[in-house]
Amino acid sequence: MFELVFFSLLNGLVFGMLLFMLSSGLTLIFGMMGVLNFAHAAFYMLGAYFAYTLTGYLGFWPALVIAPLLVGVVGALVERHGLRRVHRFGHVAELIFTFGLAVLIEEIVQAVWGRAAKSYEVPELLDFPLFRLFSTSFPAFKAFMLLVSVGIFVLLFLVLTRTRAGLIIQASLTHPSMVGMLGHNVPRVFMAVFGLGSALAGLAGVIAGPVLGTFPGMAQVLGSIVFVVVVIGGLGSLTGAFVASLLIGILQTFAVALNYTLTDLATALGIGLSAQSAFADLWTVTIAQIAPIMPYLLLILVLIVRPMGLFGTRET
Amino acid sequence: MTPALELRDVYKRFGRTEIIRGVNLEIEAGLRHAIIGPNGAGKSTLFNLITAKYPVTSGRIRLKGEDITRLHPFQINRRGLSRSFQVTNIFPRLSVFENLRCGVLWSLGYRYSCWHFVNGLRDVHERTEAVLEQIHLTVRRDVPAGVLSYAEQRALEVGIALAGSPDVVLLDEPTSGMSRSETEQAVALIRRVTAGKTLVIVEHDMGVVFDLADRIAVLVYGEIIANDTPEKIRSSAAVQEAYLGTAQH
Amino acid sequence: MSIVAAPAARRWGLCLAVVVVLVALPHLFGSPIAIAVMNKMGIAIIFALSYNMMLGQGGMLSFGHAVYFGLGGFIAMHALNRLAGGPWAPPVPLLPLVGGLAGLGFGALFGSFSTTRAGTVFAMISLGIVELVASSSLILKGFFGGEEGISGNRTKGLVLWGIRFASDVQVYYLIAFWTVVATGLMYAFSRTPVGRMANAVRDNPERAEFVGYSQRWVRFVSFCAAGFFAGIAGGLFAVNYEILTEEAVGLARSGNVLLMTYIGGIGYFGGPIIGAVIFTFLESMLSDYTPIWLLYLGILFLATVLFVPTGFAGVLMMHEPARRAGRLHRLALPYLAAAVVGLCAAVGIIGLLEMVHFWSAAAVGRTRMRLFWTMLDIKSVAPWLVFGVLAVGGALALRRVAPRAAAAWNEATYGREDAAR
Repeated sequence: MFELVFFSLLNGLVFGMLLFMLSSGLTLIFGMMGVLNFAHAAFYMLGAYFAYTLTGYLGFWPALVIAPLLVGVVGALVERHGLRRVHRFGHVAELIFTFGLAVLIEEIVQAVWGRAAKSYEVPELLDFPLFRLFSTSFPAFKAFMLLVSVGIFVLLFLVLTRTRAGLIIQASLTHPSMVGMLGHNVPRVFMAVFGLGSALAGLAGVIAGPVLGTFPGMAQVLGSIVFVVVVIGGLGSLTGAFVASLLIGILQTFAVALNYTLTDLATALGIGLSAQSAFADLWTVTIAQIAPIMPYLLLILVLIVRPMGLFGTRET
Repeated sequence: MTPALELRDVYKRFGRTEIIRGVNLEIEAGLRHAIIGPNGAGKSTLFNLITAKYPVTSGRIRLKGEDITRLHPFQINRRGLSRSFQVTNIFPRLSVFENLRCGVLWSLGYRYSCWHFVNGLRDVHERTEAVLEQIHLTVRRDVPAGVLSYAEQRALEVGIALAGSPDVVLLDEPTSGMSRSETEQAVALIRRVTAGKTLVIVEHDMGVVFDLADRIAVLVYGEIIANDTPEKIRSSAAVQEAYLGTAQH
Repeated sequence: MSIVAAPAARRWGLCLAVVVVLVALPHLFGSPIAIAVMNKMGIAIIFALSYNMMLGQGGMLSFGHAVYFGLGGFIAMHALNRLAGGPWAPPVPLLPLVGGLAGLGFGALFGSFSTTRAGTVFAMISLGIVELVASSSLILKGFFGGEEGISGNRTKGLVLWGIRFASDVQVYYLIAFWTVVATGLMYAFSRTPVGRMANAVRDNPERAEFVGYSQRWVRFVSFCAAGFFAGIAGGLFAVNYEILTEEAVGLARSGNVLLMTYIGGIGYFGGPIIGAVIFTFLESMLSDYTPIWLLYLGILFLATVLFVPTGFAGVLMMHEPARRAGRLHRLALPYLAAAVVGLCAAVGIIGLLEMVHFWSAAAVGRTRMRLFWTMLDIKSVAPWLVFGVLAVGGALALRRVAPRAAAAWNEATYGREDAAR
């Protein structure tokens, strides 16, 4: 039991920090420009694929640095030539644009790399179990993932709070037009932030690819969850994104590990439930099966009750 | 006589800043009432409170005797109160005719009907044409409202507010940004279309105010410091001090 | 638009013409593939029009419209399966209505909380709903049928007038009937008070409140109506394919309807019809020629969003003033030049993309591929060079020629004197 809890917690932490790396970029972009970037998970996918190809030519460690940079450049170009054009048509048009972009990137990846999953492997240096507890081992690569995620978090925190650029970004998060009036080149800041956010997503792809799989559907698997995190945490709040990422990450990991059903609960309470009833599906479903649905239930609930999320200050 | 509109001890706070501090105001039915005051006094905020764009922090607002403080904007509108906006607030992609028709539909009882065809509704058509005629925009009937000139949009703005035959009309700086001749036309229009109704108008142009108003209320820093006939207001020392300041400060 | 202003006789004449064409089509294009594609188009038209009730008319962007389509289809299928042979057996022609009522019901259910908000929040709620329903499909196996889905047999429906709907052509006429009826009803809806106010709420929700309409209720009515018609499309889908799986309620299908509606043009009633036809045609035809057809559709979609946000319908309506002034012929040469240049660029880009895809997807050692009716060796430089030059050269030339085409349009629309001013 302790083993289950311990490893679920640890794995949940790793997943949660990964989610934070993804959602921090999304939050920055949304907070500043007001656009919910539907293609954010597609940049995550690009990072994994770029890293996969680069690893083949240069090895994992150079790829770790170059792939996110490439994705960042792609993001900046997308902002400059695509998003900026659509900006004046309003938020709905921007959402439609990023949606189309997500579809396009996914199709391009399929066209260029093919539909099959890629064998993007953990680098040899990190391919060993870090420690064993009872019968389960914790791979070193996951510890590496955690290290990178936490490192990024600390870096982001320092940059945003201690550097001048970070102050400008923070100000633009809540008062973009005022920052523009103060003489800063707001379009360039937007482009830089969009590129930075995309690079963060790409980095998440680089380190998650070996563990979560590198295949054309990987953007869809994580895409919706990242939105849930950002919305629950609060649109535009980095603290909120952090808290929500860990919350969802740990919740999901725990839920997947649990095999209890409503029937078990009923039995524990002494109630008998017929296995033949029309609702048999509902009684016999395990928590593990519900796990994929839970984030969306939470999303809808939060959006109805408190659309600004846990820590957010604005709805749109 | 029940006042058309009544505000009792209305307070409004945004965060810690008090914008409206204890406003008590009675608007008599059938009269034209102007609210004036220096910039930032809270005139538009007062309108926004009456029409429920913002909730009051405390106090009561009554329309024809009925408490409307906690109602939604559309509920207040259905009880006979309509407003125009300082920043032109029309339906830009609909034609002028369709803009006015939107104002007419509910007042003629069509509600959320999905079984009437608007093009065949004679009463809607006649009423819309009538309002169109009143605001002198018949020639621009089928033009998308977004491409009208500024003055035409202001006229449409007033027209939409009046299309539903409200009893009480709130006009927020209807002549702002207009030239002298446009203002004169606008005043004539307002006088024509609000005959018999209760009008509350916020204005900066003193010429318009003293031309139109039967009563003038002066709002300074969220408080009504005077509420009287134009002559009394013109000669009031308190008003002069609020607007011009006195020598000793 | 011009249809509304036209006298009643012209309008009825148009309807009659449409009906005649629809009746004649299976005789003109009688192959099974053609019938199948036309059936698909009919369903897509109803689905896209229902989506535009929310997007174009109401200003509500939804990522989850397939929910009402799919659930309508599932309920129709269950009705067919469980009630067949009994006293309540549904006749097949009424199954779309069953689907529609289901769509209406779920629309009311999900719309009750979705429509309290607008804009981005509404879009996010719709995303949550579609993911929720799609994920539930693996859990509620009784309703969704798990991996295999739910299948049925339309010949088991109540037989009226001897029509068993065994052949695809009979299904075609059923779909054509419902397409005409649904389109007519949706058009009529846009002419009702609530339909007009939907436009008003889209343009300026605050002002709509100040003329007495609750923006939330107007949106809710639009939402329910859109769900109803999506359900009709879902019911027709069930009749046509006789099987429903979880992809019918998924995000991919929702995305497709957004794509086709937007490409067609959301600002015009007929836009989604055009978009549905184009999308279905490309989807059906292109997939035979290239495995990356969805990529081309994605490029088309993105190009529409960036450069032609009014869609195909918008482009057509843009030429209405020129047509009325009789100056349309002046556009022939400039447009032809732009089209030729654009075609070169397109051929180049398509060639490059196809070769790249072939390179990554082909088995090791295969280097010859068939493209544009010729055999190419992707290992040699020549095809890459040719397509590269076409793509780059075509794009550069387009940048030169396009402004001239735009100037010609200006002139044709406003006349020589006005254009020069």
